[in-house]
Amino acid sequence: MNNRLINWFKYASPQSFYPLAGKMIPWFTALAVIFGIAGLWIGMAVAPTDFQQGEGYRIIFIHVPASWMSMFIYLVMAFWAALGLAYNTRLSGMMASALAPTGALMAFLSLWTGALWGKPMWGTWWVWDARLTSELILLFLYIGFIALQASIDDPRRADKAGAILALVGVVNIPIIYFSVKWWNTLHQGSSVSLTKSPSMAMLMLWGMLLMALSFWMYSIAVSLIRARSIMLERERNTEWVKDVLAGEGK
Amino acid sequence: MMGMVAAITARDLKLAMRRQADIVSVLFFFIIVASLFPLGIGPEQDLLRKLAPGVLWVGALLATMLSLPKLFADDFRDGTLEQLVLAPQPLGLTVLGKVLAHWLVSGLPLALLAPVLGLQFDLSSDALLVLTVSLLIGTPALSGIGAIGAALTLGLRGGGVLVSLLVLPLYIPVLIFGAGAVDATVAGLGAEAHLSILGALAIGGVFFAPWATAAALRIALE
Repeated sequence: MNNRLINWFKYASPQSFYPLAGKMIPWFTALAVIFGIAGLWIGMAVAPTDFQQGEGYRIIFIHVPASWMSMFIYLVMAFWAALGLAYNTRLSGMMASALAPTGALMAFLSLWTGALWGKPMWGTWWVWDARLTSELILLFLYIGFIALQASIDDPRRADKAGAILALVGVVNIPIIYFSVKWWNTLHQGSSVSLTKSPSMAMLMLWGMLLMALSFWMYSIAVSLIRARSIMLERERNTEWVKDVLAGEGK
Repeated sequence: MMGMVAAITARDLKLAMRRQADIVSVLFFFIIVASLFPLGIGPEQDLLRKLAPGVLWVGALLATMLSLPKLFADDFRDGTLEQLVLAPQPLGLTVLGKVLAHWLVSGLPLALLAPVLGLQFDLSSDALLVLTVSLLIGTPALSGIGAIGAALTLGLRGGGVLVSLLVLPLYIPVLIFGAGAVDATVAGLGAEAHLSILGALAIGGVFFAPWATAAALRIALE
């Protein structure tokens, strides 16, 4: 018990987490590449052409993992935010701000690929469907978080203010989702139904899962790289950063 | 406890009444925004009647948002806010008092003004009534949620624009059910369901938002 506590809190300090993150990044990058190649191979080469949607459906191998990650990253961000507020650890805030751009990127990718898919399938780039709308709002929440942190000069205040915003956002996401959903069913203008997705062939599912794993590993690797940069920037006046920089300069 | 809320509300109201121009300019912003839409869209009565609930609600949303930065800024600048934070009473109640005062000078007048603007959009009397009621129920939630944004952006550069980025996505449920209530009335369905959910949002918002705001204020004053 004692051992475990010490281990966890040891890596809560940027000084000891920095080298650990450095060691983990190559592994996560490698996993992202391996899963990505496997997923793309299954998705693009092995999986059969969909009899209704033709080849165009293959965009789901990017689209679905990106949507999953955009939602999952917000939860992880809120988790780090809560941890940072509760324990007042510096690293938690850094992780939350390192995750936000990746989350925003995923939300944007999901919307963009969705539009590319929607044009040939539904004949329109955009419908005010509940899922599309809530994904758009999720993107707004990410942008708000990034904008708030960007406009606060003091990093400690930026972390805490961002943490409160992330927590308020995470409480609101279900409310927003259900209100958008209800709003959508009341205004049933378009006849497109996203909820009744056709049953998927096993191979397609595998391709999607592999791609999701790849996106997941990519997100971890990129956020760790970003977190490392944030650590160096914020702790630039400390001894350990000077040691690290001196070591890398050699 | 309630004495603290009442005292803060009374104080903020008194301050607001000494600067009536601020209240009136928010109201005129609402009027101008609502009047711009027919000019942009065209004077067809059917189209305007359809657009009215959304336009008036979005106008009310924006007007509320414009008045948010003032919620804490003056007290922050002259140091009153620090004293309030140091006071032995819970900061959440202080914030609740300020939220109430904000609603009384922004949400309430907007709700009372909205039916007049609704007449310009040729809404029926039923729809006008529901519009007023929905704004009366919904605007407290706007003040409450907005207070979080105002506290988070306290003393930052570009505060006004930033508040809108933070707060508008969180306003979406209130907008949906507020405008939806009027829409449902226009369509001949009852508005009770929408108004009930709006009430739930308002109660939730007014109850929880002050505590989040209090946490944000403590961070801003650190």
